[in-house]
Amino acid sequence: MKKYLPLIVLAFLAVLPLVGLSSYMLHMVILVIMWSAVGMAWNLLAGYCGQVSFGHAAYFGVGAYTSGILYYQLKLSPWWGIPISIVVVTGFSFLLGLIVLRLRGPFFALATLAMGEMMRVSAENLNWLTGGNIGILIQERTWIDKTYYYYIILAIATATFLVVKYLMQSKIGYYFVAIREDQDAAESLGIDTTWYKTIALCISGALTGIAGAFYTNYMGYIDPHVVFALHDISIVTIMIVMVGGVATLLGPFVGAIIMVFLAELVRSIPGLGVAHQTFFGILLILIIIFLPNGIVGDFQKIKRLFKVGGAYK
Amino acid sequence: MESFLQTLIAGLLLGGLYALIGIGMTLIMGVMKIINLAHGELMMVGMYIAFWMFTLFGIDPYLSVFIASPILFFLGIFIQKFLINPVLKVDSILPENQVILTVGIGMVLANLATIFFKSDYRATPVSYATSAWYLSDYWENAPIDLSLSVPWTVSFVIAVAITIALWFFLSKTDSGKSIRATAQDLDSALLMGVNVKLMRVVTFGLGSALVGAAGCLFIPIYYLFPSMGGQFTLIAFVITILGGLGSTNGAIFGGLILGIFESMTATYVGMGWAPVGRFLIFVAALIFLPGGMASLLKKKRIGK
Repeated sequence: MKKYLPLIVLAFLAVLPLVGLSSYMLHMVILVIMWSAVGMAWNLLAGYCGQVSFGHAAYFGVGAYTSGILYYQLKLSPWWGIPISIVVVTGFSFLLGLIVLRLRGPFFALATLAMGEMMRVSAENLNWLTGGNIGILIQERTWIDKTYYYYIILAIATATFLVVKYLMQSKIGYYFVAIREDQDAAESLGIDTTWYKTIALCISGALTGIAGAFYTNYMGYIDPHVVFALHDISIVTIMIVMVGGVATLLGPFVGAIIMVFLAELVRSIPGLGVAHQTFFGILLILIIIFLPNGIVGDFQKIKRLFKVGGAYK
Repeated sequence: MESFLQTLIAGLLLGGLYALIGIGMTLIMGVMKIINLAHGELMMVGMYIAFWMFTLFGIDPYLSVFIASPILFFLGIFIQKFLINPVLKVDSILPENQVILTVGIGMVLANLATIFFKSDYRATPVSYATSAWYLSDYWENAPIDLSLSVPWTVSFVIAVAITIALWFFLSKTDSGKSIRATAQDLDSALLMGVNVKLMRVVTFGLGSALVGAAGCLFIPIYYLFPSMGGQFTLIAFVITILGGLGSTNGAIFGGLILGIFESMTATYVGMGWAPVGRFLIFVAALIFLPGGMASLLKKKRIGK
């Protein structure tokens, strides 16, 4: 059963639009799937390889802007952004990795955070390339119907899931976990830690970049404050994985469902809507204190809590 | 030449204030070994205290230092005791949980400020906000004319005074020495009978109080809005890296360097690029000077 859970989820998602969801619900589900793709990419770097990045907005934004600039400057279809962003973001991640992977733990986290902010400021100021604060508007939408977008992001998320899954079953995956558990020990066993960390960063960055390129196509408008946002992209990505489950395959998906719908729910309550970040913050604090490995990661803990008759049997 | 000197002065004044923000973070980092990502938000809280004190009671922002710092001190103690300490004991896959926790705290603080105080930009209209001292007033036929803004200078002087007071506290008093001992070697400090747990709590409070004071000093010269914290958290972190982790002396130099560099970028490259200058110097420090200024100071034997 457990083995087939991802397949069941995929099958369920594949037939979901046939039920006839409203356009709004479909939009929510698209966001859930997009965020779970980003979450899975972050999870590869942070959850499995132990390099907690606070700047995934950098990759997301570079992916989104690759697509946007292709359209804005070269008048190409923004859909080209999806394949091209793989190359661009991988190169970008590699260069970034040369700098930030020298650092460990919390320092890596903050260096990536600074990089994300740096990219945002650059995008704001490079008017000739990015259009600055005005942003880029994709004037022709490919489809009005959201179902097409839904299947595209579902394919992207499935691909992301498979990449992460097979990578983690391979030798490289074990190297990643070894680096997370003890970098010095891993090094002493002959693992070239810098090289494998760079691989993790590049793959994670590229997968995030694809989601970013999709975002440009789907939303039709990007500006530096949206795609390089610290709180709305980088921190939300972290929260999704923290809530769902660090270093689990399905965790990001669970986290994305909770976060997207919770955000929408809180925002829709009149009077409380402005406080949605407070809710997120408190949720994050509670999760870290009580379920440090997330809902999927600490599922046994939750199960024990609701067990009837003899918790310690 | 004139604009260069003027930029240098502006950078120096800014750097003194930056140093105060950076010292708070570097203290916490040295003792706790965690990065406090809510640092800028704590500063925002300090600024709002100063703002409301001025608006409601007409208390000068500089006097608010004595009000905001104690409040922030207890807020810091509360955060450390009831939020961070429990997490230190929890076992989890990612050791960065504490850092993510401080992000959560920062989010809550920033959002609460938005709810209670609206997201308007605010400023305190102090009477001396635009006054300045001019070199030509004191020296009849000076070859170049330089100006010194009054609020900037006063803020700088107070920041220096606080820094000196902190230096005396850390190097002369018993509690200060205990804090430094905890930062240098936790286990040995524990064996020497230092109450490490208490020192951690006190340090977090002290760091918060410092940044609260910095907030009060910033308010006459800067505007205020709820989401300003993130920017200052980054500044504090860049200073910490630039200065060397956990080194207070380094943080002072780091703050000055950053202040000067930032105002140079703003003058000679463009206002919008100043934040990029900040990160460039950060990256350069990581590559060329990974130990920060502290390692240079050590070489010259003037560091602790």
